Amino acid sequence: MSLTADSMRCGEFRTTYKADTTIFPTPRSRNFAIAGLIVLLFAPHVLDTYYTNLLIQIGYYGIAALGLNILVGFSGQISLGHSAFFGFGAFASAWISNNFGVPVILAIPLAGLMTTAVGMIVGIPAARIKGLYLAIATLAAQFILEDFFNRADWFSGGSAGSVAQPLNLFGFVFATDKSYFYVVLFFMVVMYLAGSNLLRSRDGRAFVAVRDHYLSAEIMGINLTKYRILAFGVSSFYAGIGGALFGHYLGFVSAEGFTILLSIQFLAMIIIGGLGSVMGTLLGTVFIVLLPEVMEALMTTLGSQLPGLERGVSYLKEMAIGLAIVLFLIFEPDGLAHRWKQIKAYWKLYPFSY
Amino acid sequence: MAQEDGEVLLEVRNLTLAFGGVQALRGVSLEVLKNEIFSIIGPNGAGKTSLLNCISGRYRPQQGSIIFRGQDITRDKPNKRCAAGIGRTFQNLALYSHMTVLDNILVGRHHLLRNNFLTGALYWLGAQKEELEHRREVEDIIDFLEISHIRKAIAGTLSYGLRKRVELARAVALRPQLLLLDEPMAGMNHEEKEEMARYILDLNEEWGMTIVMIEHDMGVVMDISHRVAVLDFGAKIVEGRPEEVMADPRVRAAYLGDEMALAEEQSTVA
Repeated sequence: MSLTADSMRCGEFRTTYKADTTIFPTPRSRNFAIAGLIVLLFAPHVLDTYYTNLLIQIGYYGIAALGLNILVGFSGQISLGHSAFFGFGAFASAWISNNFGVPVILAIPLAGLMTTAVGMIVGIPAARIKGLYLAIATLAAQFILEDFFNRADWFSGGSAGSVAQPLNLFGFVFATDKSYFYVVLFFMVVMYLAGSNLLRSRDGRAFVAVRDHYLSAEIMGINLTKYRILAFGVSSFYAGIGGALFGHYLGFVSAEGFTILLSIQFLAMIIIGGLGSVMGTLLGTVFIVLLPEVMEALMTTLGSQLPGLERGVSYLKEMAIGLAIVLFLIFEPDGLAHRWKQIKAYWKLYPFSY
Repeated sequence: MAQEDGEVLLEVRNLTLAFGGVQALRGVSLEVLKNEIFSIIGPNGAGKTSLLNCISGRYRPQQGSIIFRGQDITRDKPNKRCAAGIGRTFQNLALYSHMTVLDNILVGRHHLLRNNFLTGALYWLGAQKEELEHRREVEDIIDFLEISHIRKAIAGTLSYGLRKRVELARAVALRPQLLLLDEPMAGMNHEEKEEMARYILDLNEEWGMTIVMIEHDMGVVMDISHRVAVLDFGAKIVEGRPEEVMADPRVRAAYLGDEMALAEEQSTVA
């Protein structure tokens, strides 16, 4: 049988360099993403407030986690102070919109820029130190910023916290979960697209080059100091945007939410999702946000089945979360993104998947 | 081919480099002419890689200067030197092992690309156009080095010979005038060596690159170099045409030791 013009094509054929550098590897994966987005557009109308709230959480944490992944996963540095940047974004956005009459929709990106500035200052030691030493330096930033939130009454309202106005666009107030979901979704899509674009262009490659082999990166003309600090800047911008969305969602920002615990949760998101993967960041965020909910439901069922366990349910939940994370790291050290790739490879060749 | 009276592209003047009490280079001077293949040989620990590291900016010499195209670059940072026109490969592979081959080579275009983190994140305002243009040029290099079948492979998964070739591709992507190759054929089999020698000759003759190469395989060095310099204990002992260098008793002494060289001399006489 000879091949004719109307023979069925198998596989993907790319005939231009443009088609070879798209964010989504195949048209089908792109269509799936668009379909998923359309489904999400209807989500708040179908789901009740509880689930919409979870989706919103995934949104703002997901944005901040992508920033951390750009810093840790792509440029190979480390930060234990990400939640402080997240918090700084929340306070900054509230501060800008309360004191300068800037509409919230502009205050959010401005807060991102302010956080970028702070992040780059914190990142200056990164020009000199690496690894564990850098981790300690960023830990210092975490505590300094936390202290700043508590003391700087003019900025954060001190220990009382500060009020963040709801987002108001052309007279429409996004005060309900249902409406705010769309705000978060918009920012999420924009920030993830921008992140993916960054990583397929010059500076994104430079980040990865600095991570993989900084000596040869320097010989290739990459200014190490500039890119190390720039990674902190980009990372903080994402944290700031995520934090600002968080602040305007809750309507009230207070310092105790932005502890080292949240920083470690951000790290858990990207490690479980997959370091150096945009898609993995999202999967990891979903995992970390939903895991307590799933465990809660599981343990409540278990508690009602086994009498005498009711009082221990909350402890069991915490332990089960820890266990799930540990098991994940043992059996899937490369993260959910890697697992996803393997599932795809399996189905591609099904049923001859050996 | 080599021009006897061609212009000097790189001049190394009286270079001295010491690590504590160890004198890695002792007053090395040499001139590399435009469009020649210049080999540096010498026993292990002679200072060959140290010399290359000084030229590419990894090390700062304590004394002496490096003049490239009439400019003193001795104090320039390494990341400035590729814009000046110096590219290099490494003795131990220095690829970005988690990136694809294509991205590895595109990193070489870093100093030629103009898009930044803002336009890059938008992938707009010329960023996409520029990326695609450079992709086209990178594809030329990929074709030339015959690595098109692995362009989407992750660099860390490739065989040693292919990785060496990708590293060469990345250095060529810098579009350098002077290409520094640190043992381009180490650990290769005969066939791979022949291919690598052909690429080096083509880069020299068709792409017009001046090549400074460190290599231990004497057969290759003698076959393709226009001139050879021999280092021993951080000092240049001989420089000249390959056949002159080979015949020089000082070179034999450096490689074989004084007594061995003497014994060999006598056995040839007898």
